[in-house]
Amino acid sequence: MNNKIGDQTIIFKNEPKIISHYSVVGEKEGNGNFKNYYHYILKDDLFGEKSFEHAERKMLEFAISNSIKGANLKIADIDLLIGGDLLNQIISASFTARHFDRPFLGVYGACSTMAESLAIGATFVDGKYLKNVVCATGTHFSTAERQYRFPLELGNQRPPTSQWTVTGAGSSVLSLNGCGHKIKMATLGKVTDYGIKDVNNMGAAMAPAAMSTLISHFKDTKTTPDDYDLILTGDLGKLGSEILMDLMEHNGYKFGKNYNDCGQMIYNNNQKTFQGGSGCGCSAAVLNSFVLKKMDEGVFKRVLFAATGALLSTLSSQQGDTIPGICHAVVIEKDDKKEN
Amino acid sequence: MKKEKHLSRNEQFVKYVEAKTPKTKTFPTLIWAYLVGGIICMIGQGINDALMAIFPKMGQEEASTWMLIILIFIASLLTGLGLYDRIGVFAGGGSIVPITGFSNSITSPAMEFKKEGIIFGLCVKMFSVAGPVLVCGLVISFITGIIYLFI
Repeated sequence: MNNKIGDQTIIFKNEPKIISHYSVVGEKEGNGNFKNYYHYILKDDLFGEKSFEHAERKMLEFAISNSIKGANLKIADIDLLIGGDLLNQIISASFTARHFDRPFLGVYGACSTMAESLAIGATFVDGKYLKNVVCATGTHFSTAERQYRFPLELGNQRPPTSQWTVTGAGSSVLSLNGCGHKIKMATLGKVTDYGIKDVNNMGAAMAPAAMSTLISHFKDTKTTPDDYDLILTGDLGKLGSEILMDLMEHNGYKFGKNYNDCGQMIYNNNQKTFQGGSGCGCSAAVLNSFVLKKMDEGVFKRVLFAATGALLSTLSSQQGDTIPGICHAVVIEKDDKKEN
Repeated sequence: MKKEKHLSRNEQFVKYVEAKTPKTKTFPTLIWAYLVGGIICMIGQGINDALMAIFPKMGQEEASTWMLIILIFIASLLTGLGLYDRIGVFAGGGSIVPITGFSNSITSPAMEFKKEGIIFGLCVKMFSVAGPVLVCGLVISFITGIIYLFI
């Protein structure tokens, strides 16, 4: 048990590295704040496929194969694929894995799936059970919309607390060999429910989960928010981020300028997304583009990546249940040897 | 004891979130709904008057029926062209309440779920949005009919 510190945190002593990463996003995201950071921007949200579900799979496949190529590896070198998405029975991830003919673990943590995959992948690699592990997640606005909300062409109004599901996918290759930014620790989150029922206010439902994981992380590792260049939550959105900051302050942790949220950052203010982006493609695309590239540049040296997820289904909310949330955090540190 | 404490924490949080959550701005929303809804009704009246002018033999009732059919067709077409939802973004109730909104609420799921097949996709899901309106309408007209029978 000497790799576990405190209550919820594990330390990766062998320092698995993100040796390659790739992000692909839709057109709307391509016009957003990180347009210069994504590896590939779709010209058409169908990606040449006959349905949005197929497009979502193709994006994932595209991100995974390009991240493997970027690591100068062959598909046969990959020991495990870990991935998930938002669709029922996580069909996008498992249908994508069908093409690769490599061992696959499908995981679901709603929008926290990217951090969950990284934590699991890093554990396999750190323990030297496996050499190369790919972690990938993706979502598509149009598939999430039809599963959780209304048909696309319905002329309804979105409430001001709503968020916009990101069309995008991100993939990271983890290994002990090669160079890249190091995954130092992971804090695995607890399912947290503070009684929010409004399905259009996910940020408020997930903020307590983020608070729970972040506080545990700071306690377990005996660090403070100031020890990080960037504390990045998954997709709380603008309102959710404000709620998280209030909650943290209430518990004696003050977040400064080093705190931000993927959902809040991904779109610009003219894109009419209200609270910002959401979906497991959101944190995956932002991490695998903007964050890791900024780490290459040396702008961020130590990042606490805490993706958040709302663990509801349309059925649970229709039955009047409250929305439980979860948040997993991963600490990524700049590789000093990597200079470009 | 523990459960009581748990409840109060959640109640406090829900209360705090409600206070912090931005509300829909009622006034501009109402103005837009009024304007767009009014324009749709004016177009309807225009079609009605035009029909009666072009076909002098047509009575008021027949003209209104044709006018409704034309409005439904236009809304359906605009939905297909991907324009009706853009009107809905700012018009809100203004484009939902008139019959054009009803047309949109049937056309949009029909388009969306066509990929799951004609029977299990299109036919099953077609009324997924408009269904409750139809059920309520039928039930209320039935009750009204019964009442009308006895008075």
